[in-house]
Amino acid sequence: MSELMDYELAAKKFDPVLGIEVHVELGTKTKMFDAAPNAFGGDPNTYVTPVSLGLPGSLPVVNHRAVEYAIKIGLALNCTIAQSCRFARKNYFYPDLTKAFQTSQSDEPIAHDGWVDVELEDGTVFRVEIERAHMEEDAGKNTHVGGADGRIQGAEYSLVDYNRAGVPLVEIVTRPIEGAGERAPEVAAAYVQTLRDIFRALGVSEARMERGNVRADINVSLRPDPKAPLGTRTETKNVNSFRGIASAVRFEMQRQAAILDAGGTIIQETRHFHEEDGSTSSGREKSDAEDYRYFPEPDLVPVAPAREWVEELRASLPELPVAKRRRLRQEWGFADMEMRDVINAGALEIIEDTVAAGASPAAARKWWMGELSRRAKERECALEDMPVTPQQVAELEGLIEAGRINDKLARQALEGVLAGEGSPTEVVEARGLEVVSDDGALTAAVREAVDANPDIVAKIQGGKVQAAGALVGAVMKATRGQADAARVRELIMEMVG
Amino acid sequence: MKDILTKSALELADLLAAGTITSVELTQACLDRIEALNPKINAFLHVDREGALATAADVDARRAAGEKLHRLAGVPIALKDNMVVRGMPTTCASKILQGWLPPYDATITVKIRQAGLPIVGKTNMDEFAMGSSTEHSAFGPTLNPWDTARIPGGSGGGSAAAVAAFMVPLALGSDTGGSIRQPGSVTGTVGAKPTYGAVSRYGLVAMASSLDQIGPVTRTVADAAALTELIGGHDPADSTSLNEPVPPLVEAARVVAEKGAIEGLRVGVVKELSGEGYAPDVLTAFNETVEKLRDAGADIVEVSCPSFDYALAAYYLIMPAEVSSNLARFDGIRYGIRVEPTQGPVTAQRVMAATREAGFGDEVKRRIILGTHVLSAGFFDAYYGSAQKVRTLIQRDFARVFENVDVLVSPTAPTTAFKFGDKIDDPMAMYLNDIATIPANLAGVPAMSVPNAVSDEGLPVGFQIIAPAHGDQRMYEVAQLVETLSDDVVSQCPAAQWDEKSAQAGEVQEEK
Repeated sequence: MSELMDYELAAKKFDPVLGIEVHVELGTKTKMFDAAPNAFGGDPNTYVTPVSLGLPGSLPVVNHRAVEYAIKIGLALNCTIAQSCRFARKNYFYPDLTKAFQTSQSDEPIAHDGWVDVELEDGTVFRVEIERAHMEEDAGKNTHVGGADGRIQGAEYSLVDYNRAGVPLVEIVTRPIEGAGERAPEVAAAYVQTLRDIFRALGVSEARMERGNVRADINVSLRPDPKAPLGTRTETKNVNSFRGIASAVRFEMQRQAAILDAGGTIIQETRHFHEEDGSTSSGREKSDAEDYRYFPEPDLVPVAPAREWVEELRASLPELPVAKRRRLRQEWGFADMEMRDVINAGALEIIEDTVAAGASPAAARKWWMGELSRRAKERECALEDMPVTPQQVAELEGLIEAGRINDKLARQALEGVLAGEGSPTEVVEARGLEVVSDDGALTAAVREAVDANPDIVAKIQGGKVQAAGALVGAVMKATRGQADAARVRELIMEMVG
Repeated sequence: MKDILTKSALELADLLAAGTITSVELTQACLDRIEALNPKINAFLHVDREGALATAADVDARRAAGEKLHRLAGVPIALKDNMVVRGMPTTCASKILQGWLPPYDATITVKIRQAGLPIVGKTNMDEFAMGSSTEHSAFGPTLNPWDTARIPGGSGGGSAAAVAAFMVPLALGSDTGGSIRQPGSVTGTVGAKPTYGAVSRYGLVAMASSLDQIGPVTRTVADAAALTELIGGHDPADSTSLNEPVPPLVEAARVVAEKGAIEGLRVGVVKELSGEGYAPDVLTAFNETVEKLRDAGADIVEVSCPSFDYALAAYYLIMPAEVSSNLARFDGIRYGIRVEPTQGPVTAQRVMAATREAGFGDEVKRRIILGTHVLSAGFFDAYYGSAQKVRTLIQRDFARVFENVDVLVSPTAPTTAFKFGDKIDDPMAMYLNDIATIPANLAGVPAMSVPNAVSDEGLPVGFQIIAPAHGDQRMYEVAQLVETLSDDVVSQCPAAQWDEKSAQAGEVQEEK
């Protein structure tokens, strides 16, 4: 592995410039150019038609819904939507590329010249300029059998699965991202996360990173100072986690800084990213001379989205994540720090739904960021995958507010809900968790506690009213937490005073 | 030869409808003649005896049951071997596709099946439709039924020869730079290239997508009209397909045939397509037909389309560019032959290279290399970009002259059928044979060839009619008029005298 420079030193000595290409798989029902299902999984080569297999004679037809999604993405990224654009053929040989060309867009993308505001950890906003967003199709997938680590070298044979071939993609390309300085890794990760959130808000993709629905190619170059011309860049391909994106930028900055500092030169190449340790390694050398022999796809007529349609889509755009967060923070009265924690935990939508179901924002946050986060961590699952709905959490909170249960009983009720015993109300009833506030039942328990603790009674009578807490505790223990604590305190004071 | 095979498709359709003959009888007659003559002519690469007879029997049964059938139901048809039929070998006359059985039907195949036309087989062609003589077929050339020492035209020589030799009344071809019309011209058959987009290309193995168009090969204009009505129309599976109804071509041709004239017809003679470079016998025949049109009341004017001088050059940049991309999928990975390198490591790239080396013929390789160069960085603007500009100029030339005339006319090809081997080693000489047909492909306008004379040498001559885009109906009307005013050419084909027995006895002369 190459030498690395200490990160702080690297960021001090050099000015990083980033370029990020994000591919997002669109969640359409069918593929980009044919009627084969656009679905995840499935036995190999079952989600295919003559078109996605690129059989001789087959012809592509553009998926209208994919165009709609691409336009929505373009609009959400403040881009200009082309009056008319075309597909082009990107010619190259690869076994998983059925036609030996990828149908993509080159000099005529559907959307161009936009920007997106990215919020950083400390609340500052960094604007990333978008050069273009264009439509294209995915390739199939090769599996190499018989060699080490599934690599092609030494493999006995290779299997090709074309289920993914022709899945619609939108590729979003930034202009050079300058001025990020030592925050470059954070900016890169936050940018992709912002895009991911936008895709979800638009409903154009499930945008599941772990499935590779969103993949980023990260270009990094260094220069001595912001006034110097751009340095030679490397492109780290197919990074699909936020942490990985930050690591890739960080690693490349450290690696390139060490080479440049020692008087070396950076080779323009693609690099592989290694999720385990956040490092990158050399892929193939990529010169500018790589020739895809682009030319307009003659089998497809130009795409000319009607202006009224574009305006309709613009009007139908949902509130975008950054704006929504600002509004909700305001409405909920959360502190900046609280809001950031909520966002980082991926709990924003869930809390929003819980509030919508009737809980107060503070209570919703308390449940999801507290008890439920802790249990999710134990189960090693995402908050959204916990077997409890926002509506149920709101119901639980409603029971507390109605005085039917207290916090401790609520936690027991939640346990029942998570165990699949039914709704909070059903669990409370089935388990008999209801608070006991009936004086008759409580008086005996209070009497017992008073009799058993003469010294505490004396303290209370001596003016130390807070000592009553110990008696309340004793009563709660005796009633297995089901007593109404406020009423118990009243009864104690009546009895002792 | 059984008399029924000299009849036109529409005449046969009438006999079938009247119950005079059955489709099984007719199909059997075609199959017998194909079996007898194909060893001499090599028009067919594949014959589907069982499939064709099964369709014929089915049509006969449905007709007997009183079902209302398509006008052409029961009339046999042959398809050029670059159109896919589920389960029927499709090779494009290339070794690289040997053994491939397509798992799907082309849109035209679906329509033909629905209409109940027995598909007798697949016809020979220049490999991947590249050539003007059918000498580039990997499975041997097709011989011209007028003179077996001569080429039947290309790339659709198989379909043209099959129709000219009375093996089948209907065939389909594909026309990228003249591959329906030029064979039509040198075999005395009618061949039409509809307006680009009028017939779906779904299931046509692409040569150059922006130029390819499927069209009919027949012995009469009316037959071509009927077949075009059958295969035309919008297809959602082809995004370049026109969204407009097929015009009533048969009825339009019928009206002209009865009248023998078209009122107010304005005909433009294209100066650039009827002078230098055209053989004297071709020009004589052309001028005589023009005079007949004038006599029939047409207004004849000479028009100039100066950009046509660059059409051939533009075509030989755009076409190979698309060819290089369209043929890249033939890589030995998914279908057809696979050849492994004899020495060195077996990698995906090397398997592709070895497969393509063994699977493609010289002409195909020549065009792939040319196209790859044309599209490469640094040359794109100079070659592809300039060619597209020429294409625009040609479209403007057409638009301008069509303001004053209804149709343009020219000889279809500069010469009658040349002899085998005459041009095979001279690609430029071969390319020049399509000089009159190419402009229509570059502009996407319809054009067709009608036989109008037999030369002193005893070879057929073709007359080309070009109409504005979407003007197919007017084109058919004029073609019908030309046919009506001309001698019956196709029946003068020596093949009309060949009968199945003498052919089998080897009496058909095979000259080298």
